[in-house]
Amino acid sequence: MLELFRDANALWVLAGTTLLGISSGVLGSFAFLRKRGLMGDVLAHSALPGICLAFLFTGSKNPLWLLIGATLTGLLASLFLSWITRFSKIKEDTALGLVLSTFFGFGIVLLTQIQHSDFGNQAGLDKFLFGQSASLVGTDVVMMGSIAFILILLVSLFFKELKLLCFDANYGKSLGFPMVGLDFFLMLLLVVAVVIGLQAAGVVLMASLLITPAATARYWTERLDHMIIISACIGALSGLVGTILSSVATKLSTGPLIVLAVTILFFISMFCAPKRGLIAKWLRLIQTRQKVRQEQIYQAWNQLGTQTTTLTALSEQSNLSPAQIRRWLNQKKRGGQVVEGSPDTFTLSSTSWKEASDTALLGLYMEMWHMYEDIETDCSIQDIEQLSDLPESLRAQLQYYLQKHISEEDQAKTYHSMKKVGIEL
Amino acid sequence: MTNKKTPPLSIENVSVAYHRKPVLRNITYQSPEGECVGIIGPNGAGKSTLIKAALGLLPLAGGKVSIYGKPYSQQRKCVGYVPQRESVDWDFPTNALDVVLMGLYGQLGWFRRPKSEHKDRALEALRKVGMESFAKRQISQLSGGQQQRVFLARALAQEAQVYFMDEPFVGVDAATEKAIVQVLHELKEQKKTVFVVHHDLQTVSEYFDSVMLLNLRLIASGATREVFTADNLQKTYGGRLAILPQTNELLSTK
Repeated sequence: MLELFRDANALWVLAGTTLLGISSGVLGSFAFLRKRGLMGDVLAHSALPGICLAFLFTGSKNPLWLLIGATLTGLLASLFLSWITRFSKIKEDTALGLVLSTFFGFGIVLLTQIQHSDFGNQAGLDKFLFGQSASLVGTDVVMMGSIAFILILLVSLFFKELKLLCFDANYGKSLGFPMVGLDFFLMLLLVVAVVIGLQAAGVVLMASLLITPAATARYWTERLDHMIIISACIGALSGLVGTILSSVATKLSTGPLIVLAVTILFFISMFCAPKRGLIAKWLRLIQTRQKVRQEQIYQAWNQLGTQTTTLTALSEQSNLSPAQIRRWLNQKKRGGQVVEGSPDTFTLSSTSWKEASDTALLGLYMEMWHMYEDIETDCSIQDIEQLSDLPESLRAQLQYYLQKHISEEDQAKTYHSMKKVGIEL
Repeated sequence: MTNKKTPPLSIENVSVAYHRKPVLRNITYQSPEGECVGIIGPNGAGKSTLIKAALGLLPLAGGKVSIYGKPYSQQRKCVGYVPQRESVDWDFPTNALDVVLMGLYGQLGWFRRPKSEHKDRALEALRKVGMESFAKRQISQLSGGQQQRVFLARALAQEAQVYFMDEPFVGVDAATEKAIVQVLHELKEQKKTVFVVHHDLQTVSEYFDSVMLLNLRLIASGATREVFTADNLQKTYGGRLAILPQTNELLSTK
């Protein structure tokens, strides 16, 4: 691996793939939020005819010409796409498929044409199909670097406007921003970001480099600026890892390894991200279920009215199966909140007994809150976890409604539960 | 900006068409100033289309819209807009304060970022809708009503003279409804003109000083007391009115 850092050529490749990761990570964030996930794929595929045409017209493989050609056909494809969706009844997914395959097909025709003609195989344009990072040389990387720098500069200049475009384009228009123009501008930046990655990643894999870092970054943050930075870092990291891996294990090409690296990061994030990750979500679900179970049992226990009770009584009162209650009791026994006396007779500790009555009271209060909509408060119902979360003024109102409610209907039952939780009528 | 002689909103002969089919036909309307105007009509009557056309979000098939006597493009700074809540994806990586700050983007102009004075104004707008304590909350964590209030606060931050609100009362909780009504009162006290697309006939007389009854064309407009009558509602809703509950009780009795 150290070999890699001594070899100037390999260092250029490393710098190139890292830069590519950064620029596609940044621009991909906007494509992702603008719900243009597949746009990268279309732009990459439609760049191919542009590259071939540029070569046919100029006869040179100067990266600048190829880049200009690719940008032009990429833009043309994106224009076709918006025209098709705007002026026909065809939906966006169909339009994406149509445009992508048409442009790519045309590109392949041109490519075969070039390979069979006089300039022959030395054209080497087929490296754009699957990418060939090893072919990156100093001038390529300098160009990639400067273009990536310009892209990032433009994004930071237009950050506020691009955010508005992605969140609420119509509102932006009402504020006087030219949203159609901004959308085209974003598309132009995207095309350029895709095109500079083609030589390294190829048209087939470019889409994944554009969208996966953004989708990965979204798992880790709730702020747009952070998301863009994280996405750029993930792109850069995958570029680095992919390149290093391919230099260690020879005969493996870089582009696919970069894509694999970013995909692995995506899967790790999907499972392990702190709030949005699947494991975190799953744990929250379990926690909520346990909380609901505990509430049910506390309420039943409270209604029974004695600190010591039997498993059967609890089961009948709460409509939970004895096994479910037994599991909860065993858990509480370990925590010392429940003591088992004679078999199947349980005593709740004083703190838990208080907790049970608080839970039951909160349950009644919440019922009132849902029932009477004109309760005045600043806090929101979904923020209330326990009795102490209720502000004093709110509690007074809820208590008032609770008493009113009792005098109106269902007297006996609610009266009973109120006496249990210690409200004097 | 607020020339007393020119109406806040003047619509002359406006038509709007989607794919050849007209959605609005020859609407002509002059709005009163400093009032809360309800835009009422059945589904598909073109209520939202009308305010989108007034805001220049849709091309006009004909006619002219002016805000205080000038075309909308010159009067943007005095117009605030509250779009329908469902028009955006709320799982966007941002918080409530940030969304409200967007209301100030127009005044900020290109490239300038909001500073602390702008944040104070956004917080003040959030306070007006009772959402101050939610400023840092991620927007997908807000309830539907709270999201609606964030949109309202964003428009308030614009400190406009004329407001267009697209169905702000749809699907909101009681607290939000109350907050919106209070904001409408405050705006009226400040002599601002508010147009509200509204669905619920039961609350029309309570909320609005005047109404526009719309069903592809303008059926009637004017003070709620005079215009919101059984006769006009019959014209607006046609046969559909029969199924509306307690129709008679809602109507203003002259």
